[in-house]
Amino acid sequence: MFPAAFDYTAPGALDEVLSLLSQHGDDAKVLAGGQSLIPLLKLRFAAPVILVDIGRVDGLEGIRRENGHVRIGARTRHRDVESATELRGTLDVLLDAAPLISDPLIRNMGTVGGSICHADPAGDWGAVMLAVGAEFVVKSASGERVLPAAGFFEGPFTTGLRSDEVMTEIRIPVGSGRSGGTYLKLERKVGDFASVATAVHVVLGGDGRIAAAGIGLCAVGAHSIKATAAEAALVGQAPSDELIAEAARLAGDAAEPKADIRGSAEYKRDVARVFVQRGLHTAINRAQGATA
Amino acid sequence: MAVTSMIGARIQRREDPKLITGHGNFIDDVSLVNMAHMSVVRSPHAHARIRSIDTSRALASKGVVAVLTAADFKGVILGPLPVTNSFVADKKQVPEQFPIAAEEAVYAGEPVAVVIADDRYLADDAAQLVSVDYEPLPAVMDLEKAMEPGSPLVKSDRPDNIGWDAAFPAGDIDAAFAEADFVLKERIGQQRVFPTAMETRGCVADYVPYDNRCTLWTSTQVPHFIRLFVGGALGVPESQFRVVSHDVGGGFGAKLRPYPEEYLATAASKITERPVKWIEDRTESLQATTHGRGQIFDVEVAAKRDGTLLGLKFTQLLDIGAYHGVFSAFQVVACLLGGGCYEWKAINARSIGIFTNRMSTDPYRGAGRPEATHLVERVVDLVAREIGMDPAEVRRKNFITAFPHTNNFGLVYDSGEYEKSLDRAMANIDYPALRKRQEELRAQGRYTGIGFSTYVEICGLGPSSATAPAAGIALVESSMVRVHPAGSVTVSVGTHAHGQSHETTFAQIVADTLGVPYDSVEIRHGDTGDTPFGYGTYGSRSLAVGGMAIMASCHKVVEKAKKLAAHAFEASEEDIVVDHGRYFVRGNPGEAKALAELAFASYGAGLPEGMEHGLEAVSYFDPPNFVWPFGCHICAVEVDPETGAVSIDRYVAVDDCGNVINPMVVDGQLHGGIAQGISQALFEEVQYDDATGQMLTGTMLDYLIPTMAEMPHFELDRTVTPSPTNELGVKGIGEAGTIASSIAVINAITDALAPFGIKHVEMPARPDRLWSMIKEARA
Repeated sequence: MFPAAFDYTAPGALDEVLSLLSQHGDDAKVLAGGQSLIPLLKLRFAAPVILVDIGRVDGLEGIRRENGHVRIGARTRHRDVESATELRGTLDVLLDAAPLISDPLIRNMGTVGGSICHADPAGDWGAVMLAVGAEFVVKSASGERVLPAAGFFEGPFTTGLRSDEVMTEIRIPVGSGRSGGTYLKLERKVGDFASVATAVHVVLGGDGRIAAAGIGLCAVGAHSIKATAAEAALVGQAPSDELIAEAARLAGDAAEPKADIRGSAEYKRDVARVFVQRGLHTAINRAQGATA
Repeated sequence: MAVTSMIGARIQRREDPKLITGHGNFIDDVSLVNMAHMSVVRSPHAHARIRSIDTSRALASKGVVAVLTAADFKGVILGPLPVTNSFVADKKQVPEQFPIAAEEAVYAGEPVAVVIADDRYLADDAAQLVSVDYEPLPAVMDLEKAMEPGSPLVKSDRPDNIGWDAAFPAGDIDAAFAEADFVLKERIGQQRVFPTAMETRGCVADYVPYDNRCTLWTSTQVPHFIRLFVGGALGVPESQFRVVSHDVGGGFGAKLRPYPEEYLATAASKITERPVKWIEDRTESLQATTHGRGQIFDVEVAAKRDGTLLGLKFTQLLDIGAYHGVFSAFQVVACLLGGGCYEWKAINARSIGIFTNRMSTDPYRGAGRPEATHLVERVVDLVAREIGMDPAEVRRKNFITAFPHTNNFGLVYDSGEYEKSLDRAMANIDYPALRKRQEELRAQGRYTGIGFSTYVEICGLGPSSATAPAAGIALVESSMVRVHPAGSVTVSVGTHAHGQSHETTFAQIVADTLGVPYDSVEIRHGDTGDTPFGYGTYGSRSLAVGGMAIMASCHKVVEKAKKLAAHAFEASEEDIVVDHGRYFVRGNPGEAKALAELAFASYGAGLPEGMEHGLEAVSYFDPPNFVWPFGCHICAVEVDPETGAVSIDRYVAVDDCGNVINPMVVDGQLHGGIAQGISQALFEEVQYDDATGQMLTGTMLDYLIPTMAEMPHFELDRTVTPSPTNELGVKGIGEAGTIASSIAVINAITDALAPFGIKHVEMPARPDRLWSMIKEARA
């Protein structure tokens, strides 16, 4: 519970951050909210040579709607998403997920981008971003890249982010259709990682059929999972109990859980199915009640 | 003028302003000049031979003062850790435990070396450089396999893995079973749990070499006990060894023994001639602070179809861990209380203590009584289910009703009114309406359940006539009451507090008994340098035993004050009336002296012939019996059959702890106690890998401590049946909540799952466990 020695720096400009990252490579670690990194340091699971604190860099926080996207600064706190009630009706799944992240103390400090980049398989934002089809803006000294959420998560704590890059923004496309979504999470207690969680986001067309569907699964695999077969089964269809049950079954099949102290693989897979089923009912009900 | 009737007043804790503004004085707040820091190198193996230890790289590390292994402590620590004989005087095997492993490590987390360095970071850095060559040996983890002849051994120098095997027969069990209409069998587990204190353990040892004197600051429930044993093992007489324990952030039974690290830090201070501080981190705490429970009960009950309970047979298999806890065998008390608050013709109990390659178990809040309550309350529900009778009515039919009541094992329940608390709790939860609602919801495919726990427990440990033969120590308690010349009062006690509010409640007692202002009374505890010897705080004993020791000293002070008043008024002592701290001659209340005036006189000139100066008294109290709190808890739950998740809808408790000194403190103890019992029922479990003996729950990410969000609103109520055992009429409340609550939750879950034919649910009732049971039942 006492970390190994490390250097610490808190640059005031993004350029300095990027320069330090290119200089130190894997020896450096970016510190944002610290809610995952600090425990890892204390347990000596991580022992970086230098911590680059991005807390003093301007322009990395805030939620705004621009050019058909909701843009979330990477250092935006979970708490700020929780209170962004203007997203209700557009991105319900974000608003439902945010208050289920750990506890208020962690939500006040932890950041959306930090959580995504940390890529814990039981991190909540990964599944949400997969469901809403987000893109991640990442910068390095050599330039900027935009990475889609689908494909970003490669394994436990492993992503497409290079060691010289820092995430600056999350972009979520928002169209004109009626949308609804929700996030359901089974946690053993408040503050625990999810045993299973599911993110669901649907958009209804003018004909009442499902125009787009996103389903993200949390804590049931080596990384956050996009349930693509289930999504495909929904698109173009008129909502029905049978359709939802079938999509939920496909989502359960997409899960790749491992048995641990939170339950057997069979159990987690079935809870994923149950939650996608419940989540789709809620999401579609919300979308049907929404105005385009 | 004295405030009257402080006893019974709902006043706020005087401890709180200090604690909630960050002015508490916990173990990590102690800092001494030239203080070094200790990091403990622990065995990562559940069982391994230590081939060699290479300390050279650690010694060369920055800031390191010393790296010490068992060889270095030999000749400094002169004896093993203590073990008491609670309830099992003829233990089969009492292996000696030294504070540090020499040749064989027998649990994951056992100390094998310590690093002393200038700060804790440097000490931890160097600890990683201590190289220990281990030869892993088979880990003994399964209780039943450990008992088999030929089982691998927990430690290679032992004949087998049995710590004790004790029978507790009471009555003609065969006759009781012969009379039965039916016999039911069940296996009921008590998983290992961790007595999670907000403040982990820790100590600061300051050995002064030139006069063989030592001060040990430590986070403990038992400062005098620590002095006796750590001082003894270090060869420092009690007069030279001072143990200081300021504020203690929780103990729950896990801080009522001397621990290896207290010996090691003290010895390290002696070796390095520097004060040495050790603060346990949370992972160390989960590994190396004693665990609770860890038991399996195989039970058979004999009963009649009309609900009459006849006979109870059970065997307690108790996971001792690698070494006996100091009080581990105390948990055998579950055998003597397994009958609960019911009449039985006969009970036949047996306890087998089994060594495994795990951390020791020792008392944890309730210690034996939660196990007994869980057992008997589960059994009563099994009987009710079998005969289709309301569980409340089976209880009512078999309650003990006449007091004092001698139970099957000869223990005497002092007072009780069990049916009254059951009736009150049923009324408070509106039981008929709840049952009706359950029926309606079941028709909708929703699964709600109602669970009862009607408990009786033993506390106020305890009379020397019982504790000395059972445990080898006479659990009396002490006090010193001193009235200073200007009237303020210092009360020093042998008990300690780790959240029990003694500074408030003891002062309430003294204020009333001496008739002095509450604010003029100071309670001192925790420092062996200025308190009389006492056995400390556990077993809900501090009020019923320690409080009575205070009463005894107060009475002596009042007696002397009466003599002083008689002298001042030139009256006969028999004519002095004492009324709320005012002393006057009968018939003349207008001319009275306050205790402060008499105290001033007691230090002055012109005392009565033969009277010594001063106004103070020392007392030791040995209670005539234990005290027996009781009550009824009812829990209402709903289970989600698709995920197995449990939600608690209502929690009603009616407790009876005799007379109440401070209702707010009693409520607080109940809140914490009930939460811990619910937590065992639903969340907590210390898990080790069965094959390797590695701890799987080594951080708070894995080991579940619930938060406020998981707890229902506690609907508390009480009945008051004064104890005839002591003058205050008090019992105890520190453990009652925990004793009662786990089974109320489990019985409610079992009731909710009755439509699936599920009759028994083990703890913790994790969602995945319930999901599997429901799935199996549906198949």
